[in-house]
Amino acid sequence: MNKQNNTFLEWIDKRFPLVSTWKEHFTEYYAPKNFNFWYFFGSLALLVLVNQLVTGIFLTMSYKPDSSLAFASVEYIMRDVDYGWLIRYMHSTGASMFFVVVYLHMFRGMMYGSYRKPRELLWLIGMGIFFVLMSLAFTGYILPWGQMSYWGAQVIVSMFEAIPFIGETLHNWILGDFMLSDAALNRFFAYHVVTLPVLIVVLVFVHIIALHEVGSNNPDGIEIKENKNPQTKIPVDGIPFHPYYTVKDIFGVVIFLIVFCGIIFFAPEMGGYFLEHNNFIPADTLKTPDHIAPVWYFTPYYSMLRAVTVNFLWVDAKLWGVILMVAGVAVFCFLPWLDRSPVKSIRYKGPIFKFALTLFVISFFVLGWLGTQSPTPLYTLLAQIFSVIYFAFFILMPWYSKIDKTKPEPKRVTK
Amino acid sequence: MNKIKIFLLVLFMAPMSLFAAEPGMPLDAAPIDTTDNEALQRGAESFVNYCLTCHGASFMRYNRHRDIGLDSEAEVLDKLVLTDQKAGELMLSAMRKNEGEEWFGVAPPDLSVIARSRGADWLYTYLRAFYRDDTTVPGWNNLVFDRAAMPHVLYELQGEQKLVVQTVDGKEVKSLELAKPGLMTVSEYDQYVADLVNYLVYLGEPGANDRKRLGIMVMIFLFGMLGLTYALYREYWKDIH
Amino acid sequence: MADSFSINNEMSGRRKFLVAATSVAGGVAGVGIVAPFVLSMMPSERAKAAGAPVEVDISKLEPGMLLMVEWRGRVVWILDRTPQMLATLEKLEPQLADPNSEKEQQPDYAKNRTRSIKSEILVVEGICTHLGCSPVFRKDIAPEDLGSDWLGGFFCPCHGSKFDLAGRVYKSVPAPTNLVVPPHVYLSDNVLLIGAESKETA
Repeated sequence: MNKQNNTFLEWIDKRFPLVSTWKEHFTEYYAPKNFNFWYFFGSLALLVLVNQLVTGIFLTMSYKPDSSLAFASVEYIMRDVDYGWLIRYMHSTGASMFFVVVYLHMFRGMMYGSYRKPRELLWLIGMGIFFVLMSLAFTGYILPWGQMSYWGAQVIVSMFEAIPFIGETLHNWILGDFMLSDAALNRFFAYHVVTLPVLIVVLVFVHIIALHEVGSNNPDGIEIKENKNPQTKIPVDGIPFHPYYTVKDIFGVVIFLIVFCGIIFFAPEMGGYFLEHNNFIPADTLKTPDHIAPVWYFTPYYSMLRAVTVNFLWVDAKLWGVILMVAGVAVFCFLPWLDRSPVKSIRYKGPIFKFALTLFVISFFVLGWLGTQSPTPLYTLLAQIFSVIYFAFFILMPWYSKIDKTKPEPKRVTK
Repeated sequence: MNKIKIFLLVLFMAPMSLFAAEPGMPLDAAPIDTTDNEALQRGAESFVNYCLTCHGASFMRYNRHRDIGLDSEAEVLDKLVLTDQKAGELMLSAMRKNEGEEWFGVAPPDLSVIARSRGADWLYTYLRAFYRDDTTVPGWNNLVFDRAAMPHVLYELQGEQKLVVQTVDGKEVKSLELAKPGLMTVSEYDQYVADLVNYLVYLGEPGANDRKRLGIMVMIFLFGMLGLTYALYREYWKDIH
Repeated sequence: MADSFSINNEMSGRRKFLVAATSVAGGVAGVGIVAPFVLSMMPSERAKAAGAPVEVDISKLEPGMLLMVEWRGRVVWILDRTPQMLATLEKLEPQLADPNSEKEQQPDYAKNRTRSIKSEILVVEGICTHLGCSPVFRKDIAPEDLGSDWLGGFFCPCHGSKFDLAGRVYKSVPAPTNLVVPPHVYLSDNVLLIGAESKETA
């Protein structure tokens, strides 16, 4: 039996580098042995991506991208298609869980300095994935063609009007109409099911290739490749990804699935955060709901959009809002060059960084919460304050990361 | 260090504490149980008698009511289908959309997923909060939905309520009072509305009970997997030192 | 310096057991997750509702006339056969592949020479058992293209299969079996229910 297997593998291997690929990326990819639970979120993001792709394909089998049929076709999936409800809830819950997992994955990188040299490009590719993910979420949220789909998209697309000179033309070009309509639904469907999924799969592939080139960072933020066993040339703190991290990640997957299935089966609306109540009202082009808020994962940036209320430097408030919002996402790209600390990991960074990071997390949550609320003068003021804190974390980083009192990094990874 | 932590905590909590209560009428909790098939069947019959005339439930098929114990097609046809529709068909309104717009100013919304957008408590309060108001077109108004286009369809059952406005501590407090009794007592009517709302919740997601049942099995399996994969992980990680 | 791991090349019994158990459980999970996706591709409630039995009033059907109705998106023929037409059935039997309807292409109550409940009324799906084209009703006798021994029947233009006036297939044509007789029942003399055998199961 074994011998037969070997000859089969040899046959394949002469034609395709199967064994060497397997070795390079699994059995002989040496990952630091001190990963903690924060390191689950990379493989979990991959799992959620697969979930979205598979459930998405099955949803397209019954969904109709037509403004007069879309809403009904979603309810058709929920009621008339066998297990359609399960597939739809897996997709809608998966969308939110994708952001949960990716935000935690990014936060892990911020804590342990995973964006620092030599992983700058890896970080940038990851940011590319994040942009595509946001586009996927936006285009996907339009498809059920409920009130929130419609008016949420209307608000987002109207932001393009703020761009000077070409704004209005660009807005009409994006929509293929003068307002959000069937034409836009149809093309956003095309982006959501073809363009963006292809892009994200390619980017994820590239992300993993880049990771395996530079090697994984770890909670101590030291390079395990700098300390190799002279005989075996294996990093002394490295262990083979397979079987050790495969079995550990499988365990992580089961924990994740318990949460994921708990939501799907017992709270698929997640109190109106994953599926908003107003989105169970079909899109009405004549009537805006009393209160529109984007889905929770966009609310921090939505708060920034609303925070700017004054015209400033010949630019009106609307455009500043848009600039601030885009900057709120894009600013992560500069992290590799903003951080001047001599150490990578939060474990060896000083109190200023810890304080700044905590402030940043608080501002992210507060902005997120404010984004779900109707704006009042007080809330707008709060959004302004916390937007300043959010950006200060990045803008002041070159300065505070340099003067911060750091601890010496260890030679070997610690538990 | 501790002072800093307290500062951060306060910073985090402060905006949340500003959260103001939603304006408007407080809603009554709807006493519903979507596993009670008898109540659901009563609600379904009220629904087809009173609501389906103007509103549709056009994502719902009559024969789907096997979920709530109407197993045979004959039973479904007998109890729920008042038109010449077949059991497999969608629950369409007898009224056309443009007729509704003409009569009420707005087309009556489809009720298939109304409980998922409005919530059970709102519906339960709404259907009990109509009062006589001669200044409006339908002659009725509603405490939780000011100037609702819908007249009080269940008027015969509930009777006629009138608005009472009192001033307590300088604030206006609105309440309702039964002016003319209807065919039902207050508690009978409350129960009647509760059954109807219970049905509307079921209607919003007919498969919800099946979903939860399947979910319990999935969770039991996953907890088994949790133990197994944890043991596997510990077993392999014995090698790491 | 030693490496920080030492792979047990010889897997311990416990390890083997756990790998096997996890694989089996993973397999169960795999089947469990594939099943709903496969089932979601079955005909939906909408398709089933559209496939509900249809009632047909045949009071206006005249002898020799073919009525077409749709059931489950397929065409069903209702043919009122004249005595002359019925007479051809026995004559053609030597040329037929399955004259006695041995193959399960009809309910038991249509397993007879006329393949029908009432001898004159034929109810049959108008779909060729070869590759699903719809044959043409050719009641003309001995036309040029079908030869002088043609006594009337159904001819499939796609691949040339021939059926008699009871939907029975000729020998040596591509179609393997007789045309399918759908379940049907007479609710009254002139009202036919196609797709079910009683009103109750409808």
